[in-house]
Amino acid sequence: MAKFQISRRKFLTSASLGVSGIMLSGCDAFDSQLGMGDGLRSFLENANGLTYRAQRLLAGRDALAPEFSEADIRQPQRPNGVTAPDDDTYKGLLANNFADWRLEVTGLVEKPLSLSREQLQNMPSRTQITRHDCVEGWSCIAKWTGTPLSLVLDQAVVKPEARYVMFHCLDTIDRSLSGEIKYYGTIDLIDARHPQTILAYGVNGKPLPVENGAPLRVRVERQLGYKMPKYLYKIELVDSFANVGGGRGGYWEDNGYDWYGGI
Amino acid sequence: METIAMSQAIAEADTAAPKDTTLIYRQSRWTRLTHWLWAISLFFMLLSGLQIFNARPQLYIGKQSGFGYNNTVFAIGAENTATGPRGYTEIFGHRFDTTGVLGWSGPAGQETSRGFPSWATIPSYYDLGTARVVHFFFAWILTTTLVVWLVASLINGHLRRDLAPRLDDLKRLPQDIVDHAKLRFHHTREYNTLQKMAYGGVLFVLLPLMIITGLAMSPSMNSVLPWLNELLGGRQTARTIHFTVMLLLVGFFIIHIVMILAAGPINELRSIITGWYRTDPPAHDDKPAERSI
Repeated sequence: MAKFQISRRKFLTSASLGVSGIMLSGCDAFDSQLGMGDGLRSFLENANGLTYRAQRLLAGRDALAPEFSEADIRQPQRPNGVTAPDDDTYKGLLANNFADWRLEVTGLVEKPLSLSREQLQNMPSRTQITRHDCVEGWSCIAKWTGTPLSLVLDQAVVKPEARYVMFHCLDTIDRSLSGEIKYYGTIDLIDARHPQTILAYGVNGKPLPVENGAPLRVRVERQLGYKMPKYLYKIELVDSFANVGGGRGGYWEDNGYDWYGGI
Repeated sequence: METIAMSQAIAEADTAAPKDTTLIYRQSRWTRLTHWLWAISLFFMLLSGLQIFNARPQLYIGKQSGFGYNNTVFAIGAENTATGPRGYTEIFGHRFDTTGVLGWSGPAGQETSRGFPSWATIPSYYDLGTARVVHFFFAWILTTTLVVWLVASLINGHLRRDLAPRLDDLKRLPQDIVDHAKLRFHHTREYNTLQKMAYGGVLFVLLPLMIITGLAMSPSMNSVLPWLNELLGGRQTARTIHFTVMLLLVGFFIIHIVMILAAGPINELRSIITGWYRTDPPAHDDKPAERSI
């Protein structure tokens, strides 16, 4: 019977050396090509556009994110990012419980708005128990109450040329040579008009606390947490975000996250 | 040193084969092409995946991550001790010191707190955003390759001829296990039972499960397939399964490489590059019917 055999010791030695050789080849080999704007990274980023189009095609406009039961609320909503803004403007507004706070709705709208918290809370509200998925990998289920963004957009009458909703926030997330960077982000009008996209002022039956974004944060339930800005003060309808910040549509996007956070 | 040992093993493995062997065309171009696309994709997905894991080096069971309660089943971390920072890995509450590899690693004097060490991640430095770009790009390649392979293998008969399990496979299983344990290989046109189980398991169980649990973590896909996470036991369970399947795939890879080195790497590599494979000569001491398998 034909067969070949090699000594076990020789075999094990060469096998283990081979495997360790592969492992030790090191993974910094690709580092120089993976920075923002580098050729390889830009090429690989094309897949993000494919994912966006594929998921939009599959999910359509109105497919709802799963909602959960009261029994699934087992812990307070875990805060992330900035949890206590150190900005004077914010601290001033917080000092009198946001009585002077207004939500500005500006940009490509027929009727710019300036809404107080009471005005927002007097509009029809939506309450939903949803799972918050952080880009880091963790999840947390909470009950959110707020005003559907679509109602606010209808009231402001969005101009046809508008393509994105840009959220401007009160919290400083970063500092650069040109000064403080406030958190900002954008979503398309399909997600902006999604039935579960709300401007939340309450969580788990209580007013939204500072660590979760008081007085107002966005919920975009079909995307990851970084697409749901906190400490909101202005909503701007735009046709492009190329000239804002790093031009990628949000603070985290400017630092390398995908604009589309549906995956 | 390493290359010498390797080439010795290779030389020995390949000259050990007798001369009266025949070259047969064993692997179709579809099998070869998809094999290498998977190899490249899985390499990048593994290393970018470990980087993504490092952003939250804990695994949980259920719909969400327990912060106010404990549903953590796996964790990598670092802690300060009397003798300095140590890395640890915790599996179902059992803690192991893994300093230098998991939790606390890096060049001497420059160690940092990170889940998997920098040599095992792409990029080597902490960069969740870039790892996601790499991971999702190759997710498309991997999935497309799997679909192309499935269609091609249905059409060209690879599935039916080479992978479909037969009653004979079951009968041969005990002998096959003994042969593999003794690193005794029969070079035939057909896959042996353990090969069928390994390749079939990867292609029909592990890779589909990887894709499904990956999709289950996407909040947008949750709106398309809301039942998927319920089926899997919740998004965090899906993430834990995704990680576990990764470990199984790494296990498959190691055994795969070891088997190739043991069975004759030049012959094995030639067949997956050119398609041509050198088979053993027909045995004289066995019944022909049994040796044809």
